[in-house]
Order: sequence, then C-alpha cells, then structure tokens
Amino acid sequence: MDYSLQLLMTLPELVLAVGSIVLMLVAAWGGHQSTKLVSWAAIAVLIGAGIALAGPASSGGDAFDGLYRADMFAAFSKVLIYVAAAVSILIAPRFFQRTSGDDLRPEYPVLILLSTAGMGMMVSAGDMLTLYVGLELLSLSSYVLASFMRRDARSAEAGLKYFVLGALASGILLYGISLVYGFSGTTLFDGIASAYTGGERSMGLLFGLVFVFAGLAFKMSAVPFHMWTPDVYEGAPTPVTAFFASAPKVAAVALAVRVAIEAMGPALHDWRQIVIFASLASIILGAVAAIGQTNVKRLLAYSSINNVGFALIGLAAGTAEGVAGVLTYLAIYVVMTIGSFLVVLQMRGPDGEPIEDIASLAGMSRTRPGLAAALAIFMFSLAGIPPLLGFFAKLAVFMAAVQAGLIVFAVVGAAASAIGAYYYLRIVKTMYFDEPAPAFHGKPGMVEGGLIALTAAVISPLGWPLLLPLGAWTMLAAKALF
Amino acid sequence: MIQALAFYLFAIVVCLSGALTILSRNPVHSVLWLILAFFNAAGLMVLAGAEFIAMLLVIVYVGAVAVLFLFVVMMLDIDFAELRSGVMKYAAVGLALAIALVAEIIIAIGAWSAGGLEMSRRAAPIASDVPNIEAIGRLLYTRYLFIFEGAGLVLLVAMIGAIVLTYRQRSDVRPQNVSHQINRRSKDATRNMNPGVGEGMQL
Repeated sequence: MDYSLQLLMTLPELVLAVGSIVLMLVAAWGGHQSTKLVSWAAIAVLIGAGIALAGPASSGGDAFDGLYRADMFAAFSKVLIYVAAAVSILIAPRFFQRTSGDDLRPEYPVLILLSTAGMGMMVSAGDMLTLYVGLELLSLSSYVLASFMRRDARSAEAGLKYFVLGALASGILLYGISLVYGFSGTTLFDGIASAYTGGERSMGLLFGLVFVFAGLAFKMSAVPFHMWTPDVYEGAPTPVTAFFASAPKVAAVALAVRVAIEAMGPALHDWRQIVIFASLASIILGAVAAIGQTNVKRLLAYSSINNVGFALIGLAAGTAEGVAGVLTYLAIYVVMTIGSFLVVLQMRGPDGEPIEDIASLAGMSRTRPGLAAALAIFMFSLAGIPPLLGFFAKLAVFMAAVQAGLIVFAVVGAAASAIGAYYYLRIVKTMYFDEPAPAFHGKPGMVEGGLIALTAAVISPLGWPLLLPLGAWTMLAAKALF
Repeated sequence: MIQALAFYLFAIVVCLSGALTILSRNPVHSVLWLILAFFNAAGLMVLAGAEFIAMLLVIVYVGAVAVLFLFVVMMLDIDFAELRSGVMKYAAVGLALAIALVAEIIIAIGAWSAGGLEMSRRAAPIASDVPNIEAIGRLLYTRYLFIFEGAGLVLLVAMIGAIVLTYRQRSDVRPQNVSHQINRRSKDATRNMNPGVGEGMQL
C-alpha cells in the first residue's frame, strides 16, 4: 500500500505527536510564562487533529499491515476524546490559580496532548501491540497528571495509587495478551478472531480472554476492578478528574468494544458472561456505594463506575445496535460529566480555595440559582429522568439488550438504575430544599460559564434535534466493526 | 573445532563468573563479575547466531544496567549482616520459590524435548539467509514503525513526568549563570589602584 496514504490515515496521531513535541520545546524555552500560549496552542493542535479526521483517517481502512485501523468507529471515539481533552485544558487555569504554590505549568497541556495521542492509538488499534503501547502512553501521562499538584498530599497519593494499581493492571493485561498470542500465533485482531472461530477452543485462549478483559475492566474502572477510582478522582486536581472521567473512559470502553467484537467476536458467548457480570456489578455497586459519600468528587467517581456499567449493557448485546448504543451512551455521558465537573469547579470558598463537600451545596438554589439549575439538569440526566438526554442514552443500550434477547439483564439493569437515581436526586434535594449554607465565592468566567450553559442546553430537551444525527452517526460507526 | 573450543571457553567463564557474582564478599566485585558474565553470555549468543541479542547484552546490560548497578552499590551503604539476619525467618518462602524454579526448569526441559512451537502462523517469517539484525531492523522500521514511534513517545512521557514531578526551582542556592559569566569583562572585574604609602587600601 502507498506509504503516504498510510501516513495520512494516522494523521490525527501525527498532528498530536508533532504538536506536543513542538509545544514541549516552546515550554522548555518559554518557562512558566508560556503556559497560556502553550494551552491555547494545544487546543489548536486538538482542533487540527479533529480536522485531520475528515480525510482518510475516518475511512481509509487498515494502515501498517492491519496494526492501525482508520475507520468510522475510531473517528467517532476520537471526536469525543478530543472535545473532552480540549475542555480539560480550558478549565485548568482558573483552578490552578486558586491552589497555593502549585501553579499551572506548561507541561499540563503537553501531557494532555500526549495522552490524547495514546487514546487515539487505543481506539484505532488493530493489533494487541498498538493496543498496549497506546494504553501505556495514556496511563503514564495520567499518572503524572494525577499527581500534578506536588505539594498536595492527596494529589501525590492519587498519583502513586494510580501508578501502582495501573502497573498491576498492565501486567494482567499483558499476561492475557501473551496467552492469546501464544495460543493463536498472532497479535493481529483478525488472526486472533480466526483462532477463536470453531467449536474446540483451547484452555489457553479462554484464559487469555479472561485476563485481557480483566485488564481492560481496570482501565475503564468496571467492578470488580474499580477500587482505585474514588481515591484517584478525589485526590487528583479537579480539571484532571474531569479529564479522567471523560476522555480515557471513552477510550477504554471503545477499546474494549473493539477487542470484544473484532478480536474475540467469535467467542461472544464466552465474554458475554464476563461483560454482563461486570456491567451489573458496576451499576449496583456504583449506585449503592455512592449513597454514603460526602465528597462530591468521590460521588462523581462512583457515578462514573455506575455509568460504565450502563455502557457495557450495549456491549453485552454484541450487535451493531448494541455498539451504536454504547457510542451514544458515551457521547451523552461525556457531556453530562463535563458539565457536572464544571459546576464542581465553581464551588470555592472566600479565599478561592476549592470546596468539595456535598453539604456545602445546601440551598444553592437561593444563592446561585443559575448554577443550581444547571447541576440539577446534570443530576436528573445522569439519573435518566425522561425529558433529558440521559434517558435516551439509557434507552439506547436497554433497547439493544432487549433486541439481543437479554431481557432479564435489561430489567435488572433498569431496576438498579432506580437505586442510582436516589443519590442523584439527593443532591437536587440538598440544593433546593435545605437551609442555605454559606454561598460560594467568585463568578464563573466567560469560558466556564459559557461551557456550563452549553452543556446544560445540550442535555436539556433543546438537545433533542441532535439525537437523530447522533443515532445515525453512531450506527455508521458501529457498522464499521461488523 | 574452533567453535567447540570457543563455546566451552565462554560457557566455563559464564558459569564461573556467575558463581563468583554470588560468592564474592565485596558487592562491587560482584557487579564486576556480573559484567564478565554478560560479556561471555554475549559471546555464546554470537555462537548461536543471535548477534542482535549479543549486541543488546553488551550495549544494554553491560553499558547501562551493570553501570547503574555499580552506581547503586557504591552509593548505598549496605549492611550485609543486617540483610542476612532475616534468612531463617524467610527460609520457607525461599524454599518454596526454589522448588517452583526447579519445577519450571524440569518442565522446560520436557517441553524442549517435545519439539518446537507452531511457528507457521508467524506474521513475518524471515528467510534463512537474512542476518537477524537486518530482519529486525526491516520489521521495526516498516511494519512496526507506528508502534515503534509510539514506544518512543512513551519514553518521552516518562522523561517529562520525572521532570514535572521532581524538578523545583530553589531560591536558596546560587546557580551558575553562564551568559553572565561569559559577558563579564576584565575591566569590570579588575581595578588599577595607586594607594599612597602607609595609607592602606579600601577594597
């Protein structure tokens, strides 16, 4: 195949890699003063990578002998990832202004760019090696980002915990990959799929499948590999937490979908039970464990575990409709999550210090009515209350599960979502019916205020016109896998 | 004849230096014996036709890892008496590990005599007349180029991360300012004085 065409297919990653290296040089010479310049340039690079998706990067097929896949599925996931990454760069400056001694350094946008390149490799992987290198690129950047506030003990703890557990998960994943490679003779997804075809399947392939799914479950923080999530989300700086809850989540779930469908598609009945267990356990544990939380970032961490469970319902269906449901769910989830974290970023005390206590939200409807209304919209949507888009996201995955004949599973999932509604609605109750706590200080800036209004509008019934094109696009993306 | 001679030479030196690595009392000597073992293992690899691995052994293990060991051994103050005090406490664990290792060796020998692995489905089989350095280079820079570059980015992230997390600008030290030093002229640094007799001098 023409070499330049292969490079064109990987253009988004090339743009991100070259952009991040150039910006690293700018940061090295410019020092702290260059933070603002590097941040805006990083957003420009992300936009450039997004534009590069329009070419062969979304329709080119395979590059580098099948190691890299430039299809619609990858392109759709990358759009979500780039948007989430850009937002987490945008919201960082105001947060770091208020943390004493740990100001924003220009490495922050550069690390986000590098992790975005890694996520692009993950969702475009056509080979276990691409998968692993992309995953490590994302993970290493994430460990550094989690402990970006060096003077903050919780941030350092978050980074260390994430690093140790992430290394363990990488080991589990690698062990699974090596078993699959050993028993199928190839790391290419197509070759692995042909090894899984046929009735008699060796024990090694089955073990490999289990370990690969365990490693991936850790990366998307699905139960029973979720333990790191609340601590890391609580300790990491809030913009980084917003990033963790959105972009890497999309990348990990999309990667799991691709591995499940493309590499292990013929073993559907073997991995379906794993996915169903992880899905139900995530939904239930995410809902039950969130009830006792007093820290809003921990609460959102459990909410993200809960949401991954719902997204996995679509994967368990194993059909094109199911995959489209997963993508729809992810798209709407990213908007809801980013909106919620933007509101969390506005919670600050008289000296501008961040507040994370749920009790401090009490009576916010009287002190900050606009912000309270936005958070209420996000919470209702995360709970899946009908007029909001969160409902349609859940509907898409449940429909796919019912069509695939998993009716009991869908019913249990829907019932468990009612438990989840309890703690989302508790926040709304705290904001609207409790005696007002001291009001938060400071007004959201133009960028943050605009983003809150935009995300809230998209989630509200105003976003209905978007549902039709979203459904069509996710279906197109899902068809690329089948 | 000459191959057999070289093999026995390398093999004997590897075994001897391996044993001396464990037995020597001075840790610095241990590391030096280890380096000798690496060199001779590289010689064995050349004999086996795996010249790439031989080069890796010399460049990576001798050039980087062993030197790192040497630095660590020299910088750390290791009290061997204290290290040995726990031997009896952990004897059971050590014994279990040793048994596991022996079992693995026995199984490996059994598998070795059972014949080679199924290699027909390899993604990139190489012709027998291509040297393995060339074969690896071709694969690495064509088929696996994308992943190779990705691995490079991973290393870059590790470097950036180490600097981000540990580098701090300290205000209580006086760092060297190279441009300041170069720009200093002799007329700024020296003065020509002409003090009167018995008056002393103000510096």
